[in-house]
Amino acid sequence: MVNLTIDGITVSVPEGTTILDAARSADISVPTLCHHPKLTPFGGCRLCIVNIKGVPRPVTSCTTPAEDGMEVTTRSSTLERLRRTLVELLLSDHPNDCMVCEQAGNCTLQELAYFYGIRENRFAGERRVYTKTDNNPFLERDMEKCILCGKCVRVCDEIQGVGAVDFTYRGFSAKICPPFEKDLECEFCGQCVTVCPTGALTGKMWRQKGRQQGIRKVHTVCPYCGCGCNLTLHVRDNEVIRVSSREDTINEGWLCPKGSFGYGFIANSDRLTKPLIREKGKLRETTWEKALEYIASNSLKIKENYGPDAIGGLASARCSNEENYVFQKFMRAVIGTNNVDHCARL
Amino acid sequence: MAGLATVFGSGAMTNSIPEIENNDVIFVIGSNTTETHPIIALRMKKAFRKGAKIIVADPRKINLVRFSELWMQQRPGTDVALLNAIMHVILKEKLIDKKFIEENTEGFEAFRKSLAEYSPEKAEKITGVPKKDIIAAARLYGKANNPAIYYTMGITQHSHGTQNVFAIANLALMTGNLGRESTGVNPLRGQNNVQGATDMGCIPNQYPGYQKVDIKDIQEKFETAWGVPLSDKPGLTATEMIEEAIKGNLKSLYIMGENPAVSDPDINHTVEALKKLDLLIVQDIFLTETAQLADVVLPAACFAEKDGTFTNTERRLQRVRQAVTPPGDAREDHSVLLELSRRMGHAMNNQSPEEIFREICSIWPAVAGITYDRIDSWGIQWPCPTPDHPGTPYLFKQGFPRGKALFSTVHYEQSRELPDKKYPFVLTTGRQLFQYHTGSMTRRVSELDQVAPHAYVEINPDDAEKLKIKNEEMLKVSSRRGEILIQALISERPSKGVVFIPFHYKEAAANILTNPELDPICKIPELKVCAVRIESAKGEKYEKGVRRIKKTEKSTSV
Amino acid sequence: MKNKPIIRICMGTGGIAAGGTEVMKAFKKQLKRKGIKADVKKHCLLHKVGCRGLCAKDVLVDIIVNKVKSTYQFIQPDMVQRIVDEHVINNVPVQDWLVTDDYHQFHNKQIKVVLSDCGTIDPEEISSYRAVGGYDALKQVLETGSPGDTIKTLKESGLRGRGGAGFPTGMKWEFCKNQSSPEKYIICNADEGDPGAFMDRSIIEGNPHAVIEGMVIGAYAIGAHKGYVYIRAEYPLAVERLRKALTHARKLKFLGKNILGKKFNFDIKVKLGAGAFVCGEETALIASIEGYRGMPRAKPPFPVYRGLWGNPTVINNVETLANVSYIIRNGAEWFASFGTEKSKGTKVFALTGKIRNSGLIEVPMGISLREIIYDIGGGIDKDVAFKAVQTGGPSGGCIPASLLNINVDYESLAQVGSIVGSGGMVVLDENDCMVNIAKFFLQFTQAESCGKCIPCRIGTKRLLEILERITAGDGRDEDLELLMNLSYDIKASSLCGLGQTAPNPILSTIKYFREEYEAHIKKKKCPAGVCRDLLDYAVLAEFCTGCGACKRVCPAGAVSGERKQVHRIDPELCVKCGACFEACKFKAIGKG
Repeated sequence: MVNLTIDGITVSVPEGTTILDAARSADISVPTLCHHPKLTPFGGCRLCIVNIKGVPRPVTSCTTPAEDGMEVTTRSSTLERLRRTLVELLLSDHPNDCMVCEQAGNCTLQELAYFYGIRENRFAGERRVYTKTDNNPFLERDMEKCILCGKCVRVCDEIQGVGAVDFTYRGFSAKICPPFEKDLECEFCGQCVTVCPTGALTGKMWRQKGRQQGIRKVHTVCPYCGCGCNLTLHVRDNEVIRVSSREDTINEGWLCPKGSFGYGFIANSDRLTKPLIREKGKLRETTWEKALEYIASNSLKIKENYGPDAIGGLASARCSNEENYVFQKFMRAVIGTNNVDHCARL
Repeated sequence: MAGLATVFGSGAMTNSIPEIENNDVIFVIGSNTTETHPIIALRMKKAFRKGAKIIVADPRKINLVRFSELWMQQRPGTDVALLNAIMHVILKEKLIDKKFIEENTEGFEAFRKSLAEYSPEKAEKITGVPKKDIIAAARLYGKANNPAIYYTMGITQHSHGTQNVFAIANLALMTGNLGRESTGVNPLRGQNNVQGATDMGCIPNQYPGYQKVDIKDIQEKFETAWGVPLSDKPGLTATEMIEEAIKGNLKSLYIMGENPAVSDPDINHTVEALKKLDLLIVQDIFLTETAQLADVVLPAACFAEKDGTFTNTERRLQRVRQAVTPPGDAREDHSVLLELSRRMGHAMNNQSPEEIFREICSIWPAVAGITYDRIDSWGIQWPCPTPDHPGTPYLFKQGFPRGKALFSTVHYEQSRELPDKKYPFVLTTGRQLFQYHTGSMTRRVSELDQVAPHAYVEINPDDAEKLKIKNEEMLKVSSRRGEILIQALISERPSKGVVFIPFHYKEAAANILTNPELDPICKIPELKVCAVRIESAKGEKYEKGVRRIKKTEKSTSV
Repeated sequence: MKNKPIIRICMGTGGIAAGGTEVMKAFKKQLKRKGIKADVKKHCLLHKVGCRGLCAKDVLVDIIVNKVKSTYQFIQPDMVQRIVDEHVINNVPVQDWLVTDDYHQFHNKQIKVVLSDCGTIDPEEISSYRAVGGYDALKQVLETGSPGDTIKTLKESGLRGRGGAGFPTGMKWEFCKNQSSPEKYIICNADEGDPGAFMDRSIIEGNPHAVIEGMVIGAYAIGAHKGYVYIRAEYPLAVERLRKALTHARKLKFLGKNILGKKFNFDIKVKLGAGAFVCGEETALIASIEGYRGMPRAKPPFPVYRGLWGNPTVINNVETLANVSYIIRNGAEWFASFGTEKSKGTKVFALTGKIRNSGLIEVPMGISLREIIYDIGGGIDKDVAFKAVQTGGPSGGCIPASLLNINVDYESLAQVGSIVGSGGMVVLDENDCMVNIAKFFLQFTQAESCGKCIPCRIGTKRLLEILERITAGDGRDEDLELLMNLSYDIKASSLCGLGQTAPNPILSTIKYFREEYEAHIKKKKCPAGVCRDLLDYAVLAEFCTGCGACKRVCPAGAVSGERKQVHRIDPELCVKCGACFEACKFKAIGKG
């Protein structure tokens, strides 16, 4: 353990802990835009700069390990002035269209602008202008809102192991994009969307479906493969409009394209809404009453005529435990057969 | 699962997902993990970044190969020969764990002798994997401290799938790589609640919690719990039901949320069987290919419309919560069943999912300690026998449920249908990232379908050149059971002589071709190996049951 | 045959550009014609040499007959026959073509350590380097010295990093040596990118083995087995000579396994940079070698602790490494006898700009700026006034005429707001606009910013925009303060040296030439007459002869006037191209 003081508070943290994490452990908030706890420290946004006694210039707390006896200051008029300049610089090259931005209310840059009360901008000047060119169905990339924090680059390389995007060009024209600005290697997992601190990366299918107001968030589990990823369904007006995932779960907040973007089937117009019954060779809509009565009477008839083992049931690897339990209990206790299986083998 | 249950006394992933990142060697065999279990693959990549060495054994050059230390491209269906040769080397180089074998296992002697004939040289001839790679794999796995094996259907969907599983278990046992954190044998389950469906007793020979129907005490326990006499006769498996339907012995089938008319092997055969039934009831969220054959179709609620629990591949029970209401008159599956039971004269008490869950916990000791409250934000892995038990991230810490784990003597057997002059290619099937299973859900997500709109057959460039096939050309792929028309995708992924088709696409259903031959123990069909012929589709006329693929064709709607 | 004449032809990049290759061919032809067998391996009869500094006089040729050296300047192939006939054969130098006094003056105050063999040995022949004691230092270190001794010598010599920051080299090596890691690296930073700088290029072109020997000694001292030379791909000749030298060194067991028969393995790879200025920053350079985009990483941890692929890594500049073997051979005391208390030894500078003798120079640390500019550089044109010296490239600052007497060393330059840097020295005269100079450097740093950190990426862009509007006549009253405030914030908050020093050209020009900025902002005038938007051209009636030259060249038709009458420029039409100004023989066009 190393002991240091941060803003006069004594903090004790394991060796190797960064100053940022040490500060956070003491409930001292330090602003950041490019830091993500699961990604390698970047030190690009410079917002988390702190002063260490005896060190001539401010250092980024996200990259500097805490050391024994350090005296750290996270807030001073100089540091706040520098941070304000940084945010102001970012806003001088930003569309500032929070009114219609998909991420409003969930945007770190917006929050910083609010905290520093930036209304006028001393540095107003040229802004990057990009035309949106990508035509993939998942990711909306509004690179004018990109602050080049590099989180998407790191998540794609370090977590997803794909490296579909990286920094390109230099100076003010620096930009994050895929090789040759095409979606060559992208797996559309949406990890980059998850970590983006601004509205630069959003889901195409989220557009104008709802932001923060009137949203209910429901925590559940993904209906696809067996990983058991936790999903947070964003619901508005009885419609799932967005999917995210909590970080404190088995999937650590990461999802795949199906988990992130594969929720469209829920409200698909093909959904069955009424029981169907075959009449004269064709399936026709009917009532639950009629359908259930038909099933009950015919099943009982078959059971009577051929015995319970002439009836079989297939449960589902996509239904819940409770439903599967009831299903096999139905087959065994009500029908009286062990002819029950599911598609585990397929 | 039956394979592992025979060996250890319990069949499930022995370890948990978070443990993957602390493996020092990861042996992935028969699992295209990045596409079938993308989030588990992320943990493997994390382990890779932390220095783990990844061994991949797969007939295709899957994505994970990019992260691998060693890739063995075995011929489909030759896993036993490969695994036995690896164990042969481990034995020869004295990399076995003698103490573990003595204390925890039985049957080692016979097993040891059985390995004698599997020299790497011989295995090279059978599998096509170079001898040096087999030796390297043996050394990597044999010398590792925390190695784990991961497999999926590439291992099990064979006529000798259980033998494959036995061989994997042998490998872990002889090196003592079980019963510890981040070390074990891990079958990755392919569907969100396939573990749960099995746990819940949706298998013909076991009640919930792997309690056998033909054991008197257990039968009595359930008769008491449910208040009715129960049958002690193990039932039919899904594939057997199809056979009995064809024979006319099975008259009625109630299918809840499955689509065998696309997912079964030799689906022409399955469709024929379903048509013969007197009563076919299908309860689903869409009018699937199976539902279209039904006498009664019941509209069901999907995952976002109901409460309950799913059990993921690592035995973790997690809460499913209702977010929206079901469309129209659609109902949650359990309420339909409860209503039916009432009408059929044996009312189950009208229960909420939580009440049902409590009943489950009362009759399966391994989940007795779990409640909805306990899994409100984090799931718990069974076994969790008591309310203060934290759950079990990895199994066999205290030994094996069957006492001593059993070494099995396993010998290489050829797949049932091998390529010949008439059908010169080996077809292997599987999934791809953007689609899921029979596609009834994903193909109705327009965005997903847009990036993976149609079926394809992956074929090696050399084979393509030989057959003068161009990329995206329409091909006819036929087997002894049927034929489909499908686009060519020339790719380095399969080796020469092997082709691959994803099985999500009903209009070019791979399962028209596949072999329904079953593994005798697990009854898993041999979906991973069959023999096919490939030819140009120019001037083809299409028979019934064989649909033409069009890029624009979308799923049919009512 | 000891008295064979020796002919050396300057074939650095400058020499080749001036026709060195053809001169070499001509010599071969002429010598062959005379039946003289010229073979470099036998006592160096005819060979190429690297740059000796005064490239303006290329092709330079040395002829040594009976140990008497004569140097010729501006040699072209057609002059070779006469030199061979008269000088090489008959030992009568061709007086007309010999170098003039300014050539000697240029060299008189220089002290050559790093460059001592540049310009005399053949850079493509290891035997040539061996003949002047090359690799003796390595032998000495491997045979009689320990890594500790070597580092001790380096520390005593006082050698400091010549790449710009001036960190003591011995100390850096010691930090790295003390790391217990199985894998360590030594990297030679040859990604010289400052505008107008060519020190490192010249050293590698003229004496690549000195750099290699320095690296091997360094590797031995810190315990590294792998080394990299990170060199700009835009230096093809240096890369070629370096690669050749590496091959030769491997052959003679100065590199590779069991170097000189000892249990010491070390080899060097050449890694070509793709032209990003920021890759000269050590952490960006490491990222680039690792295969990532060249973007700097946060320090600490410093590369000596966690560098290439996370292993302890020493990164030294070319000139630093080239010093090492001379220090080992001649002793720390000898080296420390040059220079000042805190800045020991010599430093190579690239002297350019408005100066008579532009070229490569090596001077002892602490020499005065005046000596460099007037004694070595020969001063500037007589009728123009000296204004400032820009040192340290885009990271440096401008030193005004009033400070000409300061000593050139790390501390003194830092005190006046500039830096030694890698050794660029650009001389400016009264026709240079200081705001424009600042703008030039900001254009450079902005374009070369990697984009990783906000202050450098956006901040330098905003600085540049402010400078652009000042030079366009749109400067605002608050702009000076805004420039300074933003400059300080960028310096304080940028990630790497590029951003931290990018505002220096602005700050130092504001410090010493504030009135020029004010003239631009308040009076909308450019005193040096450079900023086009602020210039007005007008005919000076008292000098105008009405010759019509200005009228003829004006592309905008802005000049009017009858022959032999005073002409007039219409300011509405004038595009300020300056053609009239250039065309007028009577200095009758005024600008300002």
